[in-house]
Amino acid sequence: MTRPGSAAWSSGEALPIQVRQVTKTYGRVVALDHVDLDVRSGEFLTLLGPSGSGKTTLLMVLAGFVRPDRGSVRFGEQEVIRLAPHRRGVGMVFQSYALFPHLSVAENIAFPLKLRGVARSEAMRRAEEALALVQLPGLGGRSVAALSGGQRQRVALARAIVFEPRILLMDEPLSALDKQLREHMQIELRRLHDRLGITTVCVTHDQREALTMSDRIAVIDHGRIVQLDEPRRVYDHPATRFVAEFVGESAFLPVRRSGEAYYLGETPLRLDGQAVPEGADLLMVRPERLRLLAEGEAADGTVIAGAVREIVYQGDSVLVQVALAGGQAVAARIGSAHGAMRALPAVGDAVRLALAPQDACLLRDDAA
Amino acid sequence: MRPDGRAPLEAADNAAALARDARAERWRLFGLSLPALLLIVLVMVVPVGWLFLLSFQDEDGALSLANYRRLIEQPSYGRILFASFEISLMVTAICAVLGYALAYLMSQLPPRRAGLLMLGVLMPFWTSILVRTYAWLVLLQRDGIVNNLGIGLGLWRAPLVLVYNMQGTIIGLVHIMLPFLVLPLYGAMRAIDRDYVRAAANLGASPVQVFWHVFLPLSRAGLFAGATITFILCLGSYVTPAVLGGGKVVMAANAVATDVEMYFSWGPASAFGVVLLAVTALLLLIASRFARLDRIFGGGA
Repeated sequence: MTRPGSAAWSSGEALPIQVRQVTKTYGRVVALDHVDLDVRSGEFLTLLGPSGSGKTTLLMVLAGFVRPDRGSVRFGEQEVIRLAPHRRGVGMVFQSYALFPHLSVAENIAFPLKLRGVARSEAMRRAEEALALVQLPGLGGRSVAALSGGQRQRVALARAIVFEPRILLMDEPLSALDKQLREHMQIELRRLHDRLGITTVCVTHDQREALTMSDRIAVIDHGRIVQLDEPRRVYDHPATRFVAEFVGESAFLPVRRSGEAYYLGETPLRLDGQAVPEGADLLMVRPERLRLLAEGEAADGTVIAGAVREIVYQGDSVLVQVALAGGQAVAARIGSAHGAMRALPAVGDAVRLALAPQDACLLRDDAA
Repeated sequence: MRPDGRAPLEAADNAAALARDARAERWRLFGLSLPALLLIVLVMVVPVGWLFLLSFQDEDGALSLANYRRLIEQPSYGRILFASFEISLMVTAICAVLGYALAYLMSQLPPRRAGLLMLGVLMPFWTSILVRTYAWLVLLQRDGIVNNLGIGLGLWRAPLVLVYNMQGTIIGLVHIMLPFLVLPLYGAMRAIDRDYVRAAANLGASPVQVFWHVFLPLSRAGLFAGATITFILCLGSYVTPAVLGGGKVVMAANAVATDVEMYFSWGPASAFGVVLLAVTALLLLIASRFARLDRIFGGGA
C-alpha cells in the first residue's frame, strides 16, 4: 500500500477484525449480545450508539481490557480472545487520552518504542516524526500539562500509531474537544487514516462524527448491532426507527397500506420503486429533505399540507414547524439565504411541503 | 446614544461604593477566621515561644547559652539525637515497604472490600497509644504469644528477646505509624486513573513493566508524603520507646521527659526541644525541595 507524502512511514499490513458471537453480561445486564462484526482491513469503522449500548464494551473486548463470557475475536488469522492486552499490538486512543503525566510529550510517544527495545535516539527520532505527522512538530520537550486539549488529543494519537500497529482503536477520541476543534479533527483523523491505511475502530455517540469519518457505521443498541452500513445508507435508509431517531433528526408519520400502495392520510405516497421493508407503517421525514412549495407550485413527489406553528431561526437555517391535519407535526429545514428568508411564511399560514420520492423512506415501527 | 435613538440612561459611577463593599467583605472574612487564629496563637505560638525563651535562660533566669553549651559538651545528647533519627529512619523504611504493599492491595480491590481493609488500618486509631503499646508488651514478652507460637511451630528454640530493647521499640512504632503512611499513599494510588494502567498495557507493557514505568512513578508523591509524616511523627515518639524499650532505648522525647521529671531542669530540656524542632524544620525544608509540602499535608493525592 503506498501512501503519498509518508515515505518514511510504513505500518505493517492492515489486518481485518472478525468478531463472532461475543457476549458479555454484567450480572443481569447484557452488555454484548452475541455480536458478530467484520471489520475489513484498512477500513474506518465506527461503533455508534447511545451510552450504555455496549459500544465501549465491544471496543474494550477488542483491546483486551474486558473479558467476554463467550465468543471469538480474530485479528487477521490470529485468535486473540484470550490474549493479554499488552500482547495484542493494537494502538488505542483513550477518551481521557491517558497521557502519562510524569513523562514529557516525546517520552510519552516513545514509550511503546522503549518497551519494544528500540534504542533511545531512534525512539526519539520516531517520536518526533510521529509528532510531525499529527501537526505538532517540535513539541516533544513540553510537559503534558502544558498542552491544550486539542494538542493532547494529537499526542495521544501519535503515541497510538508510533509503533506502527496494524489496528487502531479509538474511544470517543474527540468528545473532550469543543465543537469547532472537534469538527476540524474529524476531517483530520479521516485524512490521517487515509494516509496510514490502518484498520480503525472508533467508538462515538456523536452521529455527525460517525457520518464524517467512517467508511462504515455499526449502530449499536442494547448490546446488538442493529445496522451496519455506509454512512449515507445509515442516514438515508435507517433499518429501524431507533437508528432513524439516533442518526439525524426526523419526524415519523403513520402510513397505511392498501394493495401495493401506501397512503399518508388520503395522500398516496410516491416511492418510485424504492424497496420497502416488510410491515412498514411509518414514513421517516428528515427536515432538510422537505421543500417549501410556493403557491401553485407543482411538486414531483409527495405533498404534505399543514399550517405553520412555529418558526425558529438558527443562523445557518430556519426550522419551520408545521402542524398537519392528522394532529402530527413535521419540521422543515430551510436555508437562510436571503431569497428563502423573504419567501418565508408567517406563523398560522397554510403551507405545502414536498418530499421527493428518493427521500421518502418507509420503515417499521420498532419502538415499544 | 442608544441604538433606538433615545438619550443614554443616567449611569451612576458606583466605584467608591463597590470598593467599600469589597473592603467590608474582607473584614468579615477576617472576623470569621479570628477564633481559629487566636486558638493557634494560644496553643501553638505561645508555648513554643515560651519553650524558646526558657532554652536561653540559665537556672537563675538570666539570658545565657549555657543550655546549648551543655547539649554540645555532653555526648549523651548527640547520641540520643542520633538514635532518634536512626530509629525513625528504620521505622519509616519498614513502614514504607509494608505500607506500599498494603496500599497497593487496597487500591486494586473494589471499593467495598478496600473499605473493609481501611477499617482494619484505622482500627488502631480508636484505641489509645498506651493500650496498643502494652498489648505489644503482652504479645512480645518472653512467655508471650509470639514466642510461644514460634517455639511451638519449631521456628526457634529458646525464647527470643523481643521486648525491652530496640526490636520491641521498632515493632511497636511500625504498628503505630503504619496508618500515617498508608493513608496518603492510598489516596495517591486511588487517584491514579485506571486509563494510565490500561494505556501502558495497550502500548505493550507487561504487568511488571506497567508497575515500574507507570504505577510506581505516579504513586511516588504519595509515598514521599506518607514517609515524611511517618518520620516526623516517629521522631517525637515517647510512649512506645518508654514502654517497649525498657529504659534501654532513649529517644529525644524520653530524654526531655527525664530532664524535666528527674532533675526538674527546664532549661536543658527546652534547648533539646528547640534543637529537635529546628532539625525537623530543616528536614521538612529539604523534603520540600523534592515534593510540595502542601501535597504532603494535603492528603498526597
